[in-house]
Amino acid sequence: MDKIRAIEQQQLRDTIPAFGVGDTVKVMYKVVEGNRERVQPFQGIVIRRHGSGNRETFTVRKVSFAVGVERTFPVHSPKIVNLEVVSRGKVRRAKLYYLRDKVGKAARVKELR
Amino acid sequence: MASAILGRKLGMTQVWSDDDRLIPVTVIEAGPCVVSQIRTEQRDGYRAVQLAFGDVKESRANKPMTGHFAKAKTTPKRFVAEVPMGEDEQIKLGQTVTVEGFEPGMQVHITGTSKGKGFQGVMKRHNFKGGPGGHGSHAHREPGSVGQASTPSRVFRGTRLPGQMGGDTVTIRGVEVVRVDVEQNLLLVKGAVPGGKDSFLTIRLG
Repeated sequence: MDKIRAIEQQQLRDTIPAFGVGDTVKVMYKVVEGNRERVQPFQGIVIRRHGSGNRETFTVRKVSFAVGVERTFPVHSPKIVNLEVVSRGKVRRAKLYYLRDKVGKAARVKELR
Repeated sequence: MASAILGRKLGMTQVWSDDDRLIPVTVIEAGPCVVSQIRTEQRDGYRAVQLAFGDVKESRANKPMTGHFAKAKTTPKRFVAEVPMGEDEQIKLGQTVTVEGFEPGMQVHITGTSKGKGFQGVMKRHNFKGGPGGHGSHAHREPGSVGQASTPSRVFRGTRLPGQMGGDTVTIRGVEVVRVDVEQNLLLVKGAVPGGKDSFLTIRLG
């Protein structure tokens, strides 16, 4: 078990800043198109953090052209070039699934100050 | 190097590949094994090497075991398996076999004992469809007919019926080696392998 944990530990990234559910983050994600590589930003509210260790993932939700878009990223993915916390959110739940049913002004998260 | 190695399944995890994909891997503690006996054409009629892996407490080893392993000048081992040896291979008695020589990208065959599932019905054991769920049917998980009446008046051999499932020797072929850690004697292979954690495995080159 310890040997497996060691393998997992090795892969954890310490360059990812601390962030939590409710925070607005900007994820710079590497995408490969054919043989070209570019960095795609994805900015939105973190609505979930799931799992632990090198299996941990988080889901970012944003509303793009009136359509809700959610993307799940592994926290320790080497494809994340940079993760920037744009603002801290004040939330009272671990999972913000309720945001899916809210539109416009109601679909906001209070900022932590 | 030998064409095979013995190991112990440690469990599963996932690793990132060079092109940043997540790969599910099984971590195997492979070796160091000891060559405990050599089968020769002259004496045994075939060529093979007997590998041994996993230490046994001295107080737990019986006299025949101790004697057998003493011939190879080693301590008693828990898991012993024979693997074929090529014509031109030079392997000496008592030689140590490690994961050195295994490279990422290699294909291997892995043999182990599958997890025991107990006495199971035909749906789980043989993937039968079973009967209808309702509409007056009571034959929900039944095997259905197993044969005819007066001719042949018996159930043919090999007819798939309920019974013990699992605990079989299973070989999976063409498993890709993802990573080799010579220092820690670890072998990471892609996907699942038979058996539970701590079960013994034979890894042969594909």
